[in-house]
Amino acid sequence: MFDMLGSVLKNLVSRPATRKYPFEKREPLKDTRGQVGINIDDCIFCSICSRKCPSDAINVNKAEKSWEINHFKCVMCGVCAEVCPKKCVDMVEQYKTPAYSKSSAKYVQQPKPASQDNKTA
Amino acid sequence: MSRSVIPFGPQHPVLPEPLHLKLVMEDEKIVEAIPAIGYVHRGLEKLTEVKEYTQNVFVVERICGICSFMHAMAYCQGIESLMEIQIPDRARYLRVIWAELHRIHSHLLWLGLLADAFGFESLFMQVWRNREKVMDIMEETAGSRVIISTNAIGGTRRDISKDMLLKIRVIVDEIKEDMKQLEPVFFNDYTVKHRLVGVGVLTSEDAYSLGAVGPMARASGISQDLRTTGYAAYGELDFEPVVEKDGDSYARTMVRLKEVYQSVSLIKQAIANIPEGEISVPVKGNPNGEVIARVEQPRGEVLYYLKGNGTKNLERLRVRTPTFANIPTLLKMLPGSQLADVPVLILTIDPCISCTER
Repeated sequence: MFDMLGSVLKNLVSRPATRKYPFEKREPLKDTRGQVGINIDDCIFCSICSRKCPSDAINVNKAEKSWEINHFKCVMCGVCAEVCPKKCVDMVEQYKTPAYSKSSAKYVQQPKPASQDNKTA
Repeated sequence: MSRSVIPFGPQHPVLPEPLHLKLVMEDEKIVEAIPAIGYVHRGLEKLTEVKEYTQNVFVVERICGICSFMHAMAYCQGIESLMEIQIPDRARYLRVIWAELHRIHSHLLWLGLLADAFGFESLFMQVWRNREKVMDIMEETAGSRVIISTNAIGGTRRDISKDMLLKIRVIVDEIKEDMKQLEPVFFNDYTVKHRLVGVGVLTSEDAYSLGAVGPMARASGISQDLRTTGYAAYGELDFEPVVEKDGDSYARTMVRLKEVYQSVSLIKQAIANIPEGEISVPVKGNPNGEVIARVEQPRGEVLYYLKGNGTKNLERLRVRTPTFANIPTLLKMLPGSQLADVPVLILTIDPCISCTER
């Protein structure tokens, strides 16, 4: 009958097991697969990530120099980051916040005047 | 006496997943139970035919949230035996560690849900607080809490560092200690025993003829545990299947609680014996031929039938999940029992409907 008594008394005097969430947020752990991020400037638009993606969430357009991800299709498996030859796709530790509408994020590579300067120099 | 039909589920406070039962009642007593499943069918088996066989690892992981690692493990072991891939020793041990962590969190989840089913809220909270420690290990080692996606054909995708292995050993010990404190409540508490002892007795003969698997079979005295076949690194670890004789809900609770301790012991043995080295081998070619792969999940034996045709797509993938095998035993147990015992009886088979319907 009194088997729980020890635990009950211990819980009465110990700190709560949960965090006071909106006020106290936990830092994401190292290597957590939170969401997919890209450093678009390094991307060579090889489309390997798009072909390997199990949920067809990534769209790469070489002509437009654009890289598009549908975060709502993404299953956060991290394969894209694994296969990227330039390692410009990576898993960001911070979780994606909820959104009001389903949309995809498109990244377009801007022409690089700085790199051309480097080439001439 | 006139009969009435009471629909139970698919929406019911005790059910985490949509199982529908038509209960034919005589007064408070059940005379017949007619199951209806099909509420969460997602067509995953068909999906595996259009995805590449390497991508299917992520598809089969999503068959079930609780035993996702074991689904991927069964699939990978099947493809590996089909393509005759020898995975590195370290990967075999890593698979055991993650699989047993999954078993612990599945059984703790179940013990909590059982406490919730007979209205013991504080016990439910205590058990789930323990479970949270396992979830934190998952996130720290694999990067995700539930669907950990660490399996790949040819090994594992992530390694566990030495420090982390030592940390896991300390944490699983803590879990064992905490569960030892809660153990008397499950085993000796008057109210808990009142709801479990003698409820839903499944004899050894019935369990055998109905094809019960996992803790259901082991609680009825059938010593059947696929881990004894020695897949992954289980052949090199020392353990005995947990078997109880009585076959009632109390015996099933005992089996699952003792399996938590067994998993703790297996994890500690695996950590002590894990060799250094590579975690995966490169995979070339496509699977050709057919194979059956079996793995012991927290709920029992899962069976994968894989058929490849030499292309990167599989021709057929078929899964027989443990809950599917255990539903007949539920239908055997329900007639003759009281309506108030139905939630506990349904829970004791540890139903995973999303597994069953895929």
